[in-house]
Amino acid sequence: MPEWLRLRRAQPIPAEDAAQWTKCPKCSEMIYRPDVATNLWVCPRCQHHFRMHAFDRISMLVDSDFTEIGGDLLPGDPLGWTDKVPYPQKLDRDRAKSKLTEGVVCGFASIGGFPVALGVMDFNFRGGTMGTVVGERIAQLFEQARDRRVPCVVFTASGGARMEEGMLALMQMAKTTLAVRRFHDDGGYYISVLTDPTTGGVSASFAFQADVIVAEARAAIGFAGRRVIEQTIRQKLPDNFQTAEFLLEKGALDVVVERRDLKALLMRLLDYGVGAKQASNGRAAVTPAAALPSPSETRA
Amino acid sequence: MNVIVEREKGLLELEQRIAALKAQAAQQPVDMGGVIQALEAKYAEIQREVFGTMTPWQRVNMARHPKRPLGSDYLAAFDQFDELHGDRHFHDDHAIIGGFAKLRGRRVMAIAQDKGRDTREKVMRNFGMPAPEGYRKVTRLVALAEHLRLPVVTFIDTNGADPGIGSEERAQAEAIAQSLYELADAQIPIVATVIGEGGSGGALALGLADRVLMLEHSVYSVASPEGAAAILWGDAARAEEAASRLRLTSDDLLQFGIIDEIVGEPLGGAHRDAGGTIARVLDAVDAALGVLVKVPLPDLLDRRYMKFRRIGAPVS
Ligand SMILES: [Zn+2]
Repeated sequence: MPEWLRLRRAQPIPAEDAAQWTKCPKCSEMIYRPDVATNLWVCPRCQHHFRMHAFDRISMLVDSDFTEIGGDLLPGDPLGWTDKVPYPQKLDRDRAKSKLTEGVVCGFASIGGFPVALGVMDFNFRGGTMGTVVGERIAQLFEQARDRRVPCVVFTASGGARMEEGMLALMQMAKTTLAVRRFHDDGGYYISVLTDPTTGGVSASFAFQADVIVAEARAAIGFAGRRVIEQTIRQKLPDNFQTAEFLLEKGALDVVVERRDLKALLMRLLDYGVGAKQASNGRAAVTPAAALPSPSETRA
Repeated sequence: MNVIVEREKGLLELEQRIAALKAQAAQQPVDMGGVIQALEAKYAEIQREVFGTMTPWQRVNMARHPKRPLGSDYLAAFDQFDELHGDRHFHDDHAIIGGFAKLRGRRVMAIAQDKGRDTREKVMRNFGMPAPEGYRKVTRLVALAEHLRLPVVTFIDTNGADPGIGSEERAQAEAIAQSLYELADAQIPIVATVIGEGGSGGALALGLADRVLMLEHSVYSVASPEGAAAILWGDAARAEEAASRLRLTSDDLLQFGIIDEIVGEPLGGAHRDAGGTIARVLDAVDAALGVLVKVPLPDLLDRRYMKFRRIGAPVS
């Protein structure tokens, strides 16, 4: 079991966060952080869903253990990118700040007894942008899920493609799509959970390629950034524009869920997708074709 | 303001002077051969100086040149083209033109983004920025091509997908994701060519192909330079700086293994010889198809998978 998961299991509130007060960005209420943490990072007063750290998310979902894959894959600096600071420095800074090695954590676990491949993106790391490592980890997750014949659950949170990796970042949309498609065509079952925010290249690839697309309540979801659209049309957009509820209304999502109901929903969704297959496989084994009446017998 | 158009102004003046002198020489007995030759030499020198090496920003402007051949110009150069309209659900998006076509005798499905030439056409084609219906048209036509075993040929030229209220309401992200998803496993060869601007996911939605060609002075980038500058620095005006960092030229992308082949342009850009350039692109597409149609299907799909799978494999 990873150290971070053991710590969260042993003591749900990280010591470093204890005795901290924070202001809810939605209702502006000063709230005690441990209270928010024990409430699944939901404001006890207004139900605002805080963006979750990938480790907290995984800890909230998995039954016991989590085996990470691809954690040792680290980004290079393919473009030799420098603006205010060199790209490698930005990565170092985000690593220190987020305790993550990249913008997604992938691995294997079980949720409510169902073995799953689980990927969780984290907005704390370069805005959850997809570069080569995020693309590679997601592709590996789907490839290994296909080999192990387990469903795949991916939580998205992303500002889109990572500019500092240029076209190599954009191409991760193609890479992840190919992996998702292969997994699906081989009978794989994929549930995506769109969390705040899911935009750009991630929304336009694996986020919207799932068999069932779930979104967390009030998450911002879209392709183009809100600011870009406002600048293009030169007017303010309504508050509910590009929210999960807005897209549900437009028919783009299967279901929108409050965080407190999320795990139970996932378990039911996994049961529909995996349970029926197991049951039908079981039936096939006990009911061989020979035992069925032949067409002529049926007619007679 | 297009920086290439600006630079062409001086050349245009010279061009006119040479033409005038030639006309004069034809009428008068005075020998002006020496003067004309000197002017022509000067013209060639300036042209080399202006276009011999271009900065990434100049290439962006060349890709956006008002006279650059557009998607519809390429489609018009096929032996035959029969447009198939619409997404079958909502709308016929004119930013993407698609249909049955014959290329050097071969039946194909041809799909092109088009920015429009004059103002009326630009508006009609939404300046080449497809709405979800454009991508859903692609998905539908690729499925049809697969059904009929027709190879797919795409031409990419867009600043990016349409950033509008309606496009978001009708799930632009889903439309692009599904176009990619369809191309990922389409059981026919796919050849994509970047002919102008390849801007972000809106371009890639036509670019998941077995072979990716690029016209020499086209650009292909993670976001348009303006978009990248806005995302990075909150200032779209820093587009030139973004262009210089994004590595969006055909040479860069060939080096990264993101494209497979560069189709050369005449000195001064594709519009200096539109017909010749289009013919060279179509020859290259035809040659690529000739190779791909002979590859057994399972191998074709495996190679397509690996082609993108290995892009940007990070250090471990
Ligand atoms: Zn609150």
